[in-house]
Amino acid sequence: MGTNWAWFHRFGSPPHVYRLAGLLTPWFAWPAALSILAALYGGLVLAPPDYQQGEGFRIIYVHAPSAWLSVMIYAVMATAAGIGLIWRMKVAHAAAASCAGIGAWFTVVSLVTGMLWGKPMWGTYWVWDPRLTAQLVLLFLYLGYIGLRSGIDDLGRADRASAVLALVGVVNIPIIRYSVEWWNSIHQAPSVMKMEKPSMPMEMLVPLLLMFLGFTLYFAAVMLVRLRAEILRRERNASWIREALR
Amino acid sequence: MKEFFAMDGYALFLWPSYLITFVAIIANVIIARRAHATARAEALRRLDLESSETRV
Repeated sequence: MGTNWAWFHRFGSPPHVYRLAGLLTPWFAWPAALSILAALYGGLVLAPPDYQQGEGFRIIYVHAPSAWLSVMIYAVMATAAGIGLIWRMKVAHAAAASCAGIGAWFTVVSLVTGMLWGKPMWGTYWVWDPRLTAQLVLLFLYLGYIGLRSGIDDLGRADRASAVLALVGVVNIPIIRYSVEWWNSIHQAPSVMKMEKPSMPMEMLVPLLLMFLGFTLYFAAVMLVRLRAEILRRERNASWIREALR
Repeated sequence: MKEFFAMDGYALFLWPSYLITFVAIIANVIIARRAHATARAEALRRLDLESSETRV
């Protein structure tokens, strides 16, 4: 039993995580850059126009991966916050805090690219549709999380309070995911993220999957850099920092 | 080439979508790197203060 948990405790150790994050970052960053560049070429040049949406459908290559990131990052943030709360693991709280800013950015990107797609396809930038509204709530959850953290001076209290907020906000995730099925939504149904075969030809699908992969790897790389900053800020008096920074 | 950028009339919606996405991608790299550099400089500054205090 004791040895099985060794890895878990290593992930609670700031020096270990700081060093590991530094080692891993380029292994996420470079594949991310390559995937995104390849997906750009595939999506903008190789993929054929859509039979209904023409060339306009190509917004999907930035809209869907951004929306995926906004939700995935929230799930990572809430999981890390939960681990921090249950096991009192400071590194987990640091990880949760590293997610929020990135998540908020990509929620904004998903909303704006969605509006830019909605205008030519639906005739309007915005409707108070369940999917769109839930995504706006996601943005407010991120901003609330960031605001709550910056509003509390005591780090331990900021960690715990923001973790509770992150966990409560998890209810919004299935609402975003299933809003298109539960209610009559103007938003189109998923073309890829579903159990059946994707409703897209391969030339359209492969660049989209590559973009999903690239965005996910990109998030990992950026989040690890932020995590290192967060750990340094928290552990600034620790003796290991002298070793790590020299 | 001109046809490619025109995107069959969708250019006004498509290119801004790509632009804002890549602004976000670049901005987050800069923000993360700057946060790390600042935290690192701050930690080094403190370590220096610490060692000079112990020397006194």
